[in-house]
Amino acid sequence: MTIPFPMSLLAELTHRCPLQCPYCSNPLALENVRNELPTDVWMRVLNEAADLGVLQAHFSGGEPMARKDLPELVRGAAKAGLYVNLITSGILLDEASFIPLVDAGVDHVQLSFQDVTPEGADLIGGMKNAQGRKLEAARVIVAQGVPLTLNFVVHRLNVERIPQMFDLAGELGARRVEIAHTQYYGWGLKNRATLLPTRAQLEQSEKDVASARARFGREMAIDFVTPDYYADEPKPCMGGWGQRFINISPSGRVLPCHAAETIPGVSFPTVLKDSLESIWTKSDLFNRFRGVDWMPAPCRTCDRREEDWGGCRCQALALLGDASATDPVCRRSPDRGLIDAAIAESADAPLIYRRMSNHKS
Amino acid sequence: MSADLEARIPGFLRGVRLQRDRVRDQWIVQAPERAFIVDTIAASILQRVDGDATLAAIIDALATAYDAPRDVIARDVIDMVEDLTARQVLVCKS
Ligand code: SF4
Ligand code: SF4
Repeated sequence: MTIPFPMSLLAELTHRCPLQCPYCSNPLALENVRNELPTDVWMRVLNEAADLGVLQAHFSGGEPMARKDLPELVRGAAKAGLYVNLITSGILLDEASFIPLVDAGVDHVQLSFQDVTPEGADLIGGMKNAQGRKLEAARVIVAQGVPLTLNFVVHRLNVERIPQMFDLAGELGARRVEIAHTQYYGWGLKNRATLLPTRAQLEQSEKDVASARARFGREMAIDFVTPDYYADEPKPCMGGWGQRFINISPSGRVLPCHAAETIPGVSFPTVLKDSLESIWTKSDLFNRFRGVDWMPAPCRTCDRREEDWGGCRCQALALLGDASATDPVCRRSPDRGLIDAAIAESADAPLIYRRMSNHKS
Repeated sequence: MSADLEARIPGFLRGVRLQRDRVRDQWIVQAPERAFIVDTIAASILQRVDGDATLAAIIDALATAYDAPRDVIARDVIDMVEDLTARQVLVCKS
């Protein structure tokens, strides 16, 4: 099998974050600040990524602006020719902290909003008065002329406000909007019963996005991620395992996707020991589910196998305890019943927030 | 009509740029959350987009560089700039 060149690097600089969203994509076992990679290692890794073919670097977290060396890292990435995207909650973003990032060459900012109402935002973020700071952050970004994407993660508690989310994006001058239904791994899975939308809500959300597309036309790019629980086929996991994406954890573990750290029985490659090139091309973890040779039935003979790559490995692991099984979202999976049961089980329960103290290993 | 069109000055939208992809040996446009390959013709046009040059100047330069009839080049350039404007890559000022 020929190994493709990677396109994107998701650099999770830190797991520190002022918010505690109950669907956070970070692992349940959050990394301590003591184990975070130092600046010089990140600089080396950014250069290795560019040499390997990566075109875009996404600085994420936790909250990447919690890293004091962020301007330096942005400068290093830009110098290596990478397109620099900052993925932030905006809580720490003001003129004083943002202008150094603009000077360093940040190309685009993706700002997350938890809701359009202050009450809704506080409930999900687990922080008081977060909304005002986010609105201020959006104004600073637009005033600096940097293209802005607003990201809304939607779920049962806020999905009915999608039209107002687009109103807000229009008012703030965002060029792109992402409406992403919650993904149920890690923290999201813990809160699935409370967050999973009903089928009626899902259908309404599709209508709301379609009418926003008609309303804004070419003025605004709109990205819509549907919840795979209501689909008959899984989503292609990150464009295929080891096909396009590299994810690096705060301590330097190199992963094909952000949830891969949960897979048992593999040794995780780390940038502290190996070059990115050798990890991408030779490591057991990246080769394990690359291509189609590893696939079980029914994927092995399915005509969609090179479209969705058998779905999400981490979802198969989280729900079935087996990362090499067909994603149970698929109607052809023998385990689809689990997903239908989860849909039937949804009920309001208190949210479990993303904090170190809420995970006992 | 054509003179009006050609007086416009194309520039890249903030956050969008043309870049040589040295690993894959091709030209690409980098934009928010996407990167796409452009062919050599598009690249030769985009290389001359600097926010100062008018379409007329870009067309003249290409007609000379490729020793091609100016009206053919003009049509290609205008079509492509219109397409890339619709795709949020370029903006034109007059
Ligand atoms: S999803 Fe929420 S908790 Fe998680 S990193 Fe982003 S802002 Fe922080
Ligand atoms: S059987 Fe496998 S390859 Fe086919 S649609 Fe289902 S998950 Fe995808």
